[in-house]
Amino acid sequence: MAKIIVMTSGKGGVGKTTSAAAFATGFALRGHKTVVIDFDIGLRNLDLIMGCERRVVFDFVNVINNEAKLHQALIKDKRVDGLSVLPASQTRDKDALTKDGVEKVLDELRRDFDFIVCDSPAGIERGALLALYFADEAIIVTNPEVSSVRDSDRILGMLGARSRRAEQNLEPVRENLLLTRYDPARVAKGDMLTVDDVLEILAIPLLGVVPESQAVLRASNIGMPVILDSKSNAGMAYADAVARFLGEQVEYRFMQPERRGFMDRLFGRTA
Amino acid sequence: MRIFDFFRSPRAKSSPAAQAKERLQIVMAHERVGRCGPDFLPVLQQELLAVIAKYVDLDTNRVEVKLDRGTECSTLEVNVELPTPPRSDSLATTTLTLESAASQA
Ligand SMILES: Nc1ncnc2c1ncn2[C@@H]1O[C@H](COP(=O)(O)OP(=O)(O)OP(=O)(O)O)[C@@H](O)[C@H]1O
Ligand SMILES: [Mg+2]
Repeated sequence: MAKIIVMTSGKGGVGKTTSAAAFATGFALRGHKTVVIDFDIGLRNLDLIMGCERRVVFDFVNVINNEAKLHQALIKDKRVDGLSVLPASQTRDKDALTKDGVEKVLDELRRDFDFIVCDSPAGIERGALLALYFADEAIIVTNPEVSSVRDSDRILGMLGARSRRAEQNLEPVRENLLLTRYDPARVAKGDMLTVDDVLEILAIPLLGVVPESQAVLRASNIGMPVILDSKSNAGMAYADAVARFLGEQVEYRFMQPERRGFMDRLFGRTA
Repeated sequence: MRIFDFFRSPRAKSSPAAQAKERLQIVMAHERVGRCGPDFLPVLQQELLAVIAKYVDLDTNRVEVKLDRGTECSTLEVNVELPTPPRSDSLATTTLTLESAASQA
């Protein structure tokens, strides 16, 4: 049975798209057929992060409007087997998405994929609500920062009240916290909320902690999900989080400030 | 000025930042042109298929459209699987590839 996972946050710019690309790639690397859908209609970006922007022909809205077949709009990843991208429309607005239209596409995808990852737009309006409506699981992407934590709480409220599972009194959407852009050095100095602070406030299970890392910018520049940079802290942290999602026990890493060598300190190098 | 050039670290053509710039230039050039006009690809596809359907039996599930946007030109590739006429005993299918270079404004 296919699983629908929403990557959501309320707040913008916290790392939803980065995480959606990483998780989808991570699932596929482990042999699960996965599709990642861009719900950010009008502000398509997942294609750039996945590196398939030159190959977009049709999009999510074209499929909903019966202007193209689903298989024509899906873009197969060139690096990883069993991974596909369904891009957002760049020319329409959020009203182009309807609940029925989204449901039709998801039902069709369910037949062919094990995991369907929905990359939510920011906010708590139509696009974000539709991205979370059909979810079985939610990954709440949060930065250790006051407004992000508060917005995550708002989104948790939405999941509990306005999702399909809530409306139909089914088993609730499973919630997972993914803390991103975590800077252990600043946490150590007392400048940044700790993992425990955030967990205490949001009170949902922790899926992973992704450190602030220069590898993320580098990966996005070349259109490669950062999880494929398997030597980087962020790439390894995402791989760990994917493993935990799949039920494995994995130790937490990258939560302590890195000990920097003499040469690194001398030249001001960072991870 | 040379001396500043010396200090400014040379950016290799293949550096991540240079790749980012090139990718953005390509994709945005296409988006800017497309912004004013309607989304022509769905219409193009329908009309193309209508013409082909006049001559052959066509299963729309067997149509694949691929696009590769480049700096100089883009390639639109339409693969249509044409069933072999029933008189033939083989089940082979023919693939028709239309390749057109839509030059960018
Ligand atoms: N772990 C990280 N370390 C450093 N930078 C990061 C990290 N995660 C994300 N970023 C950067 O943060 C920015 C926002 O990331 P991203 O686009 O994934 O967020 P988003 O939540 O999808 O944004 P939006 O709400 O606009 O859709 C990007 O510039 C990205 O490179
Ligand atoms: Mg995003």
